[in-house]
Amino acid sequence: METLNFDLDKKPLREVNQFLHGDASGLNGKSVVIENPNGAHSIAVGLKSDVHVTIKGHAGYYAAGMNQLAKVTIEGSAGSGVAENMMSGTVHVKGFASNAAGATANGGLLVIDGDAGLRCAIALKGADVVVGGSVGSFSAFMAQAGNFVVLGDAGEGLGDSIYEAKVFVRGKVKSLGADCEVKTMDAESKKILTDLLAKSGHKDVSPDSFTQYGSARMLYHFHVDNAGAY
Amino acid sequence: MCGIVGLLVRNPKMRDSIGELMLPMLIGMTERGPDSAGLAMFSAPVAADSRKFSLYSGIEDFNWTKLGHDFEKHLSIKAKIEPKSNHAVMTTTLAPATVKNWLKEHYPQLHLLSIGQLMDIYKDVGTPSQVADRYDFKNFKGTHLVGHTRMATESAITPAHAHPFTAGQDWCLVHNGSLSNAHSLRRKLEKEGIEFETDNDTEAACRFLEWRMREGDDLETALNHGFDELDGFYTLLMGTKNQLALVRDPFGCKPAIIAEHDDYVAIASEFRSLAHLPDIKNAKVFEPSPKEMYVWKL
Repeated sequence: METLNFDLDKKPLREVNQFLHGDASGLNGKSVVIENPNGAHSIAVGLKSDVHVTIKGHAGYYAAGMNQLAKVTIEGSAGSGVAENMMSGTVHVKGFASNAAGATANGGLLVIDGDAGLRCAIALKGADVVVGGSVGSFSAFMAQAGNFVVLGDAGEGLGDSIYEAKVFVRGKVKSLGADCEVKTMDAESKKILTDLLAKSGHKDVSPDSFTQYGSARMLYHFHVDNAGAY
Repeated sequence: MCGIVGLLVRNPKMRDSIGELMLPMLIGMTERGPDSAGLAMFSAPVAADSRKFSLYSGIEDFNWTKLGHDFEKHLSIKAKIEPKSNHAVMTTTLAPATVKNWLKEHYPQLHLLSIGQLMDIYKDVGTPSQVADRYDFKNFKGTHLVGHTRMATESAITPAHAHPFTAGQDWCLVHNGSLSNAHSLRRKLEKEGIEFETDNDTEAACRFLEWRMREGDDLETALNHGFDELDGFYTLLMGTKNQLALVRDPFGCKPAIIAEHDDYVAIASEFRSLAHLPDIKNAKVFEPSPKEMYVWKL
């Protein structure tokens, strides 16, 4: 595989991103390495070809946002909004991720080996998010579709006002948000979880060690008993 | 937005280059805070009976020599004055209250930024790089520091509104965020006889915490009271004579990142400001949890 190296100490990020936004036929299957990211914002955002990007260090805000098709690996940590609104492809953070990782992501897979901050997978719309560590408060808030797997613990208000996303947590949950409840894991959900663990480097972890959470669907429709609350 | 930086140097050999280590940290926060910058520098204490007074004149060609002469003439005691552009550090054995009153009477145009044995404060409007050049931050020596770059959102852009804020002695605070109950907090403190110098929200937090500590709270208890009383978004970084302390609001709205190394502890709003520290690859880099207190002692 052809590998191209960019050094952000020497080349402006805008030029690197513009290269990565080039015609897909010239990028598909290529491998791009970005040296000295040093926490710069918006590295490898808006990619739309099957290119492999490796960020050799810590990335700033919005890394690999709006990703389509590309495989992006961040060898350090990621700032706020990593893989936000991802459509497809894979984003792998080997360190920790800050707030709002995978926010509103429609498709693809986000894997975080370390912890994730607050509001992880907020408003998830169909992507898969696997966190090897723990997640902060208000994670999976209003998550609509997709799967959210947490190998560690979850903070306060997990899955508040959740729609149809599936949430799997192996550790402790500090508190559940409004309308989020424990679910019995059916065969289909267990298969989804097993596959995601295998895809994200946790194939030895038993799906049986997880508890599933989802929507109690009490907020979907107006309920006369709640009339006083309006 | 705003940027915060903090650096506590554990390795005594590196303390003479703390200014040089810090400079890229402060400049790295320019995009987060381009309108003003400031620094609280803690270095070797002055003699036990002396205090340092950080003064701000607002003009380049202020006659600091005359200030020294007037001080000696009126008060029959010498004061050491070390000017740096529109700032000066004045050292004297006279009681802080006497100095404060004398300055108020004879030099009302001077702004008293801080009082202490170890801490000097420099702050002004301008980009972080301009402010750093003005006071030669690069050549500062010391043990620990707290810095700030400001993007004003809730009050005017003036030197007095720039951070760090201080209250009491050898204590300062910088803030990234905005407090929604700063005015009610202020009214509450004014009833306790506490005076304010600006309408800045951070000054309210600063005076609240300092008041709690004067009432007998230790830093930890004061900060716990802060979690109950302060409403809004904040990352607060504080410096005391021998420690740095950091808290984030319970919703983690404002960022912070920490690098712990055998030689130093560095804190910043973003990793961009830590990237150029020596041997950063071997530092433990992590994000502080919201509503938790992080304290590093010298």
